[in-house]
Amino acid sequence: MQHTASVLDFLPILIQFGVASAFVIFTLIVISFAGPSLKGKTKDENFECGIEADGNARVPYSIKYFLIAILFVLFDVEVIFLYPWAVNFKSLGLMGLIEMFMFIAFFLFGFYYIYKRGALNWE
Amino acid sequence: MSILFYLAYKLVLVLVIFAITLGVAAYSTLAERKFAGFFQDRLGPDRAGPYGILQPLADGVKFFFKEDFTPANADKTLFVMGPALAMLIALITSAVIPWGPSLEIAGYQLPFQVTDLNIGVLYISGAVSIGVYGIMVGGWASNNKFALLGAIRASSQMISYEIAMGIALIAIVLLAGSLSLHDIVAQQSGLNWNIWKQPLGFIIFITCAFAECNRTPFDLPECEQELVGGYHTEYSSMKLGLFLFSEYVNMFVSSALMSALYFGGYNFPGLDYSTMAPNVAALVGFGVFFAKILFFIFFFMWIRWTIPRFRYDQLMHLGWSILMPLAILNMLLTALGVLYLGK
Repeated sequence: MQHTASVLDFLPILIQFGVASAFVIFTLIVISFAGPSLKGKTKDENFECGIEADGNARVPYSIKYFLIAILFVLFDVEVIFLYPWAVNFKSLGLMGLIEMFMFIAFFLFGFYYIYKRGALNWE
Repeated sequence: MSILFYLAYKLVLVLVIFAITLGVAAYSTLAERKFAGFFQDRLGPDRAGPYGILQPLADGVKFFFKEDFTPANADKTLFVMGPALAMLIALITSAVIPWGPSLEIAGYQLPFQVTDLNIGVLYISGAVSIGVYGIMVGGWASNNKFALLGAIRASSQMISYEIAMGIALIAIVLLAGSLSLHDIVAQQSGLNWNIWKQPLGFIIFITCAFAECNRTPFDLPECEQELVGGYHTEYSSMKLGLFLFSEYVNMFVSSALMSALYFGGYNFPGLDYSTMAPNVAALVGFGVFFAKILFFIFFFMWIRWTIPRFRYDQLMHLGWSILMPLAILNMLLTALGVLYLGK
């Protein structure tokens, strides 16, 4: 089942990347001169429901979102550790299962902690 | 097989799949409005061509000739990069999807897949993660409060659901013992589909796919009643088009993924591809796969007109406190099953 990776396997990704970026760049170049372009002081302002804009959007916002971002990094790294285990699971057998149960137990302990501390409470 | 022939074949395949992706995405916009019309007992677009069949073309041309507006105090470079990134990432995700059994050209067996990476599943999760940047960069660069709120909501939502999605995928990898999508599909021959072994995993995966595509009921990033247009409030012209279009491309790719991972990809009971001529098999396989994809695209639209939008705290609660523990449970049960039932 396992096959070895070669550089040739990754070349088509570059081709697809090239085709996709050609499409995007072409689009961006065409729209830069295809449509009309009218400038005006009031027109170039940000949209704010028709009222006068109050400052700009570089404002502080809820810390909750940052917390979620940090938790995501932690949990995603743990998920990445599971991938190599899953691929080799059949050859690891029972020991692999027990070891992973322990890993998941630590993982869930951390999850329980952040849950109890209210990091996931949005109300 | 010479390297030039290999690369030429891959280039042609990439171009064909690129055309199909854009074509399906374009006609999804029409289908979405037609279905909306049907569900709400009205006609939907019917003016551009017979039954409105030229509507996507008309929309595209209109997008190109609208004014390309940039707010005065926006970050000019990032403002362009946002939609470009969103579209670029949406288009490269499909590289590892197997579209059908091998083709035979000039005596060579050629896989009907842009590339069969041995880390296929990982490549998909990687590409999906980068998808967050397009929306975040675009929303932040607009320097508009609505856009900023939409972008933050979107990135929080997408990263939250990515964890449950990653764990749901691990259960599939456990069954297959491989990260290559080609292997995963090849093992589901006949009616031996993963959905029978992974019903819970599939429900988790499809929920996360809806959240990753920012589709209803998870379209909070652009909920118009609160946030005007969400992260694309300040966008116009084809830059807005790229954002909207990338959503449909993502929908197409995730439908393809769901079919490949859980519904047997190009496999169908009663069809034995080894007995057919290779190129006929490839075409029939592609047809079967395509039909499954279209069903899931329809499912996306069906849900959109059926389920109302979640509230943000409900969304976060569902992602972290329900889907993630469920995904872990599903993964452990799968591991036990693989070990003791021998699959």
